[in-house]
Amino acid sequence: MLGVEISRKTVPARGGPRTVIAGLRFALQENEIVALVGPSGCGKTTLLRMIGGLDTRYEGRIAWAGDTAPRIGTVFQEPRLLPWRTVRQNIALVRPPDPAEAEALLALLGLVPYADLHPPALSLGMARRAAIARAFAIRPALLLLDEPFVSLDPAMAEQGRSVLATAWRTRRCAALLVTHDLAEAASLADRILLLSEGPARVVRELLVPEGSRRRGIAEGARVAAAIT
Amino acid sequence: MGGVARLVPVLVLLACWEGAARLIGSRLFPPASTVVAALGQEAASGRLAHNLGVTMARVAAAFAVAMVLGTALGMVMGRWRRVDRALDSLLTGLLNLPALVGIVLIYVWFGLSEVTAVAAVALNKLPNTAVTVREGARALDQGLIDMAHSFRMGRGAILRHVVLPQLYPYLFGAARSGLALIWKIVLVAELLGRSDGVGFQIQVYFQLFDVTGILSYTLAFIVVVQLIEWALLQPLERRANRWR
Repeated sequence: MLGVEISRKTVPARGGPRTVIAGLRFALQENEIVALVGPSGCGKTTLLRMIGGLDTRYEGRIAWAGDTAPRIGTVFQEPRLLPWRTVRQNIALVRPPDPAEAEALLALLGLVPYADLHPPALSLGMARRAAIARAFAIRPALLLLDEPFVSLDPAMAEQGRSVLATAWRTRRCAALLVTHDLAEAASLADRILLLSEGPARVVRELLVPEGSRRRGIAEGARVAAAIT
Repeated sequence: MGGVARLVPVLVLLACWEGAARLIGSRLFPPASTVVAALGQEAASGRLAHNLGVTMARVAAAFAVAMVLGTALGMVMGRWRRVDRALDSLLTGLLNLPALVGIVLIYVWFGLSEVTAVAAVALNKLPNTAVTVREGARALDQGLIDMAHSFRMGRGAILRHVVLPQLYPYLFGAARSGLALIWKIVLVAELLGRSDGVGFQIQVYFQLFDVTGILSYTLAFIVVVQLIEWALLQPLERRANRWR
């Protein structure tokens, strides 16, 4: 569904523009979940912004099957919920095509007890789940996830991964997952692209065996160790 | 309880005023009771209502013009650095222009009329609003705006749901300080170029050295301003900040 070929992307920095991506290329199939794994600061977030259409200044091309970008749901690293709207109102704001689906997502992600709270009252883990629910609510063809479980305690993170995997089973869509945790990548993705230290490019491609996909972080860690 | 705590100092002040004025016994320092009685007479004659009414109408008009134009200017300057650089020195100049000079020049150049009076008052408030809102526009959370763009929200929806709620504290700050400023300046504009309103009345009493008249209008004016603060501004502000 997506072909990415970025020959060069620079960002302004002190002492002149800094190249964060150079010669990066990969493709994403319909309904395929791909993890982008690399050291922090290697341009992963920038890449998601470019694919999401928030950053259009780069050399290269991002090509969509059918030539127009599909519906994209983004989960930013910070939850980016409007603090003056409740969780439910935050989801309603992005105009879900089907309000019943929004309610179903609240239930699926364990957010029902929190639906009428304002985001400042939520823990980071719950706020991230609300952001995930919001992204699913628009029925995306592609989901962009930027470190959705970083800086959570291990139990909370694993819970989050598990509800995300459940949501994927019932609501098929392609996804790009940015993470620096290889075990997490192996526990969620079908395919893993290892990125180099900046400027980022793909240095290795790893396939997660079909039988091991989305079976929790322990299996993810085992697979990660086996395939690298 | 809060109401009583607020009222006590006011009553103490009134009592001190009454006592001191009776002790001194000068026509230039009338006791509170005399002022209130004069206020009653003005009210009965209908003049008080008329003068307060036209002054309030001018305040409302000047306030609306200054808030709308000042907010627009502040938003543009806060978001576009080029515009900000181009207009910044002009804005600073306008901010430091003495109110009196602005009013006199507008009257001289554009004539004595209702429109010029309101424009002169608005001109004094506008730069203040622009500076406050510019601060707010600079502090906007770009992450939330990016989020809105990523979900393909339209411009109108982004302004209404994402941008304006972030600006409310600044807009209320501008409104609060704006009213305080406009109350004062509108009287000067009336004194210089109108033939009714609280400012005009105070000028008449000044020429007659009628301190009782001056104080009675001042008192009425203060009461009205307080009522607007309590009945309008504070509830609105609470409503906008409910989620905090």
